[in-house]
Amino acid sequence: MPENKPKFFADVDRRKFLEKGMSLGALTLLTGCDISDNDVVQSMFAKVSRWNTFVQGELFSDTRLAPEYPESMAVKNFRYNTWYHYDQSPVISGSDYRLELAGLIGDKRPWTVPQLYALPQKSQVTRHVCVEGWSMIGKWTGTPLSVFLNRVGADLTAKYVGFVCADGYYESIDMPTALHPQTIMAFKLSDEILPTEYGFPFKIRIPTKLGFKQPKFVTAIYVTNRNPGGFWVDRGYNWFSGI
Amino acid sequence: MKRAPHPSTHDIQEHPAIVRLAHWLQALAIIVMIGSGWRIYNSVPIFGDYRFPIWATLGGDPAESKIAHMDPGVSNALNWHFTGLWLLLASYLLFVAHGLLSGHFWRDLLPLRPRDILRDFIAAATGRLAHRLGEYNAVQRFAYWGVLFAVFMMFVTGLAIWKPVQLSWLTWLCGGYPAARVLHFIFMSAICLFMVVHVALVILVPKTMLAMVFGRASEPHHAGE
Repeated sequence: MPENKPKFFADVDRRKFLEKGMSLGALTLLTGCDISDNDVVQSMFAKVSRWNTFVQGELFSDTRLAPEYPESMAVKNFRYNTWYHYDQSPVISGSDYRLELAGLIGDKRPWTVPQLYALPQKSQVTRHVCVEGWSMIGKWTGTPLSVFLNRVGADLTAKYVGFVCADGYYESIDMPTALHPQTIMAFKLSDEILPTEYGFPFKIRIPTKLGFKQPKFVTAIYVTNRNPGGFWVDRGYNWFSGI
Repeated sequence: MKRAPHPSTHDIQEHPAIVRLAHWLQALAIIVMIGSGWRIYNSVPIFGDYRFPIWATLGGDPAESKIAHMDPGVSNALNWHFTGLWLLLASYLLFVAHGLLSGHFWRDLLPLRPRDILRDFIAAATGRLAHRLGEYNAVQRFAYWGVLFAVFMMFVTGLAIWKPVQLSWLTWLCGGYPAARVLHFIFMSAICLFMVVHVALVILVPKTMLAMVFGRASEPHHAGE
């Protein structure tokens, strides 16, 4: 049987291979017309993001704790990370500062820094995970947000807790996360009063969420049933962003 | 994939519609996942200062994105990634469920013996390996199991990165959060390698493409085998 020898790789017509390879390359370039910022694509993203928020809410457990590490693993020089240069950080006077309260909260009297510092505090050595992929273990000390919300008579059946910041930032989280035992108002980083560029007088430290969900320079806390969004959330990032 | 019971004169390759659908959806999803994954990687590279060229990534025009999202396309890339994820999961599960239940995997991808893989690999490397429509050699079988495993590991390492608190045991199994990112990158690389070889072989034996698009391809039977 002479005809139809098996095909060998060595028999390949190199020119044909190259031609076909190039048309495949051209196809790839065509897909280079990136449609990411198309309106239809953006509204699809918004729908999928709501689905992802639902899935993450289901995965979240109000008793499961973020892993804690030995203190020796905590980084001393924690990474500075904001959209502006650190010398533009708002400088807040500890004596003039008042934390405003609003929304579904019983006692809306503002809080001074010494009043905040007098609250019971505890420390945690946990991993901060950034949406961009870097992560760092740090030691934070402060008051559980649940203790504070209870103290001011917040409606704990409400859906959201919102934060307003001195640098124009704003964020909001779900109530179950706000009441999670490791969600704290962090007054200290690495055993020192929170430096200006890290969010003095306090940042909300949430080891169960990505870094951008943890506002610094908080000047107002409010409780609401309407989702307030957030600085990056309103620019396309997923609202829940749990880890 | 099926072979005719008595292939008298032709080798035949057939893919049922469900296999073709799952194949192309996975192909699309994997391209979306890799393109967006590379854009996300670029914002904080793992390996020194190495970044993927923007044209090869998915996430929109960086300048336009700076205005709309205040970032070079990271939020778009994340949205693609967490959209493509569901498409990949659904099509992968469909493919695997069909492969296991229909017997396709057992019939066409087994047996898989290291000695055969070595033998066929050497044959392929020296240009002496024949390709018959409708039959997978040991290297192909190994590659198909390999890519199925690599995609599975992308889900595992991806979950470890996405949920290092809620699924902390998974992140621990991956060797911790930074190690999970590296593993995610390694299995991505394995899938890229598979795709390059897979596409190159389709170019060499274009009839396999006809089978995966239209469901059936045939060619005259190879004599003397």
